[in-house]
Amino acid sequence: MMHKSPEMERMSVVEGSYAVAHAVKTCRPDVISAYPITPQTHIVEYLSQFVADGELNSEYINVESEFSALSALVGASAAGARTYSATTSQGLALMNEVLFNASGMRLPIVMTIVNRSLSAPINIWNDHQDSISARDAGWIQLYVEDAQEAGDAIAQAYWVAENHDVLLPTMVCMDGFILSHTYEPVVLLEEEKTREFLPPYEPLHKLDPANPKAFGMFMGPEMYTEFRYMQELAMDAALPKIKEAAALFKKIYGRWRGDVVDEYHADADVLLIAMGSVVGTIKDVIDELREEGVSVGLLKVRAFRPFPKQEIREAIKRAKVVAVLDKDVSIGTREGALFSEIKAALYNTPTRVPVVGYILGLGGRDIPAARIRQIVADAERVMEEGIKQESTYIDVNEEAI
Amino acid sequence: MMARKGTPLISKLAPGHRGCAGCGAALAAKLVLEGAGDDIIVCSPTGCLEVFTTPFPDNAWQVPWIHSLFENAAAVASGIERALRAMGNDHTKVMVIAGDGSTFDIGFGAISGMWERGHDVTYVCYDNEAYMNTGIQRSGSTPLCAATTTSPAGRVSLGKPQNKKNMPEIAVAHGCPYVATTSIGYPKDVITKVRKAVHTEGPTYVQVHSPCCTGWYYDPSLTAEIARLAVETGLYPLVEFENGVLTNVRKIHKRKPVEEYLKAQGRFKHLFKKEEGKEALRRIQQIADDNVKRYALE
Repeated sequence: MMHKSPEMERMSVVEGSYAVAHAVKTCRPDVISAYPITPQTHIVEYLSQFVADGELNSEYINVESEFSALSALVGASAAGARTYSATTSQGLALMNEVLFNASGMRLPIVMTIVNRSLSAPINIWNDHQDSISARDAGWIQLYVEDAQEAGDAIAQAYWVAENHDVLLPTMVCMDGFILSHTYEPVVLLEEEKTREFLPPYEPLHKLDPANPKAFGMFMGPEMYTEFRYMQELAMDAALPKIKEAAALFKKIYGRWRGDVVDEYHADADVLLIAMGSVVGTIKDVIDELREEGVSVGLLKVRAFRPFPKQEIREAIKRAKVVAVLDKDVSIGTREGALFSEIKAALYNTPTRVPVVGYILGLGGRDIPAARIRQIVADAERVMEEGIKQESTYIDVNEEAI
Repeated sequence: MMARKGTPLISKLAPGHRGCAGCGAALAAKLVLEGAGDDIIVCSPTGCLEVFTTPFPDNAWQVPWIHSLFENAAAVASGIERALRAMGNDHTKVMVIAGDGSTFDIGFGAISGMWERGHDVTYVCYDNEAYMNTGIQRSGSTPLCAATTTSPAGRVSLGKPQNKKNMPEIAVAHGCPYVATTSIGYPKDVITKVRKAVHTEGPTYVQVHSPCCTGWYYDPSLTAEIARLAVETGLYPLVEFENGVLTNVRKIHKRKPVEEYLKAQGRFKHLFKKEEGKEALRRIQQIADDNVKRYALE
């Protein structure tokens, strides 16, 4: 009989969305506001049920659009409340204007992005185009690899976002359906541990008649740059705070899924770099390939904003070839965002490792282990023969075009 | 300002704001804040008022105030109201002070949502009948035949071809327990109605007619007079709805022809120069007549 570890004893098999909703519950947001959209729906349904059952004492605002969902949280957060929302795809695109507004006002809203492709053509399945399109909005972006991390990252997100050195809104990005709708063994966040981990939200500034302050004022060219720069400084401050949060989380809950990055045999010749659920598939393939004697490893990028340039540069120094996997593309460059940024991070360093990019998994197309093997084999060729094609769309059916 | 000697109006809007001389919106904001009381949080969308009261680092608001975007003041206010409730604050009131472009057009969906959900928020629209801050363009509140830069009078056009949207009755249709129109031409009326709205539980709507001298092209000294003419002609009826019922109207004792109001403003001057203007004037008079009948103003 297999011995069960204490962690396994505490595991329950739940849907990824449930793990997230349960994590949110333990963080006790004062105000939740959301508009339902596939595949985010289950998270907000679970939260609605918690509120309906009196298990969660939050104000839940059933708004008329995603635009208003985030707008309501701007108001609630400015009033001093801890706030939560979840969205995806078109919903996130509809929030776009408010995203910039929330970060500019330095409101530590936490939001789960259940990653989904963008229309047209309309498609409900997973890729990262939605949150990647929001990368310049001034939000911290964490990408998670499994249901466990999707829940755990919620508590860490509040810890980082609400820190007075940071005060930035935070997206926890989880792959739609692949993580949101899949049942996995998960250790749910315990209320008492979250109370120990996460202090109550103490706003630095809030809307208060006893001490009137103005939020969102009009600003001319003489100060606008300085405010943008202060957001940059807050992102700088967020990087060590994400590390601190992950370390403290490990101490209290006993789990680790990385901080700004995570490494898996990263001292290898062939270094894969990726974000999100594909990390799990890659780890399995790495296990197999290393058995076969292939020197292959993985750098998981967990924080896409702030972008961990130094950590990435350090990891890449040891590699002979780098293959970046992207579930998004900036049309007109044939490049995914992670690929472009990793190349940019290396350009002014002495590291001259060939870096190649692969665009895959768009609109929910499956990424089987065989594709990862194919990418590793391709990267090995690049290592020996140099770059023939810098960035490649994987699996394109030429006959359908 | 209409304050009588010995009873100065202590306004929560500091006099150092940068509104135009003769600005109806600034006057509206002062009066609205007077009616709102001290324990209030104000939320404003993008617009004239936001721009001229908060050029960083100056701030004319002596109450907590937030501006987010052009179209989301109602949603932001919804969030503030629920946050106060969540944090156990059962006394502070929440108010939106917004222009007509934000109210009638771009923010309309968020307003409808807020009203449907029944938030305890007083929504005040200062109605200057166009997008004034961006250069006098038409809004859903711009009246028939008014010339704006995007509904100009021209060789074939007589200005805005559509009627003004009836926002107050849309509010009534949402079940708002208190809905009123008022005018900066009647300062006590503004204060009284805002106070009533703030102290009514649930979503309330007050629309304040606020002439704009730069957008309507009249002498800045005439703001209050123009405002009163709109009421006295029947073009801007001052009414109150409580729980869906018309409960009070400001009676017009000696109604003036609409020409008297229209002639005083540059935005209607084309109507008096062209032959076709006569028909337009007749249609505008008809609107006033219909108002008088609909709300029993005489």
